[in-house]
Amino acid sequence: MPIDSGEVINKVVRPEAGAVSTFIGIAREFTKGKRTLFLEYEAYVPMAEKKLAEIGKEINERWPDAKTAIAHRVGRLDISDIAVVIAVSTPHRADAFEASRYAIERIKEMVPIWKRENWEDGTEWLGDQLEKVAGEPGKESAGSD
Amino acid sequence: MIEVLFFAGLKEEAGMASMQVDAIGMTVEEMCEKYLVKLNLPSLDKAMTAINEEYAPGSAVLNSGDVVAFIPPVSGG
Repeated sequence: MPIDSGEVINKVVRPEAGAVSTFIGIAREFTKGKRTLFLEYEAYVPMAEKKLAEIGKEINERWPDAKTAIAHRVGRLDISDIAVVIAVSTPHRADAFEASRYAIERIKEMVPIWKRENWEDGTEWLGDQLEKVAGEPGKESAGSD
Repeated sequence: MIEVLFFAGLKEEAGMASMQVDAIGMTVEEMCEKYLVKLNLPSLDKAMTAINEEYAPGSAVLNSGDVVAFIPPVSGG
């Protein structure tokens, strides 16, 4: 099911918010000159949903006035299809920008979702994060790349 | 029984998405030694462990009905 970014944004719009920052991740065709034909995403769905909710809670610990909504797609995506939409609303803009960045970095560290590149000349499951603390991926490196 | 789940490249290496093992009272590491080493899963070393949808260390002890998932390096977003 394609993600409706407007629907994700509407989940965080409220009277207290003066800013909504959105991050939209889309399927890229060229990576260092190598051509992608399409992507496939797989998830451990119940755990991924839990971890996405946890990211929302982490954001509220750092930015108590923030409200976060995240949608991530699974299955086959063609080039320029939306893979993920993050919307964060806050009273003021600086927090919204920062929290939105935080959310995508955490997704890339600890949410059980996998991307399979289907290149012109083969396929490959991506992923390179390393566990920093046993059982708590990325716990000491939040926000790093 | 314990249910073991595989994902992404690890699922392809295992040739299955899940299996049942009799590993109650074992640690995750002991369960790997007894049931998974013989499957020859090169990606297992790089995978994290989750028990009942929470990340857990390899020293965690398994209880009846637990679901153990091996989580290869994630790449969402």
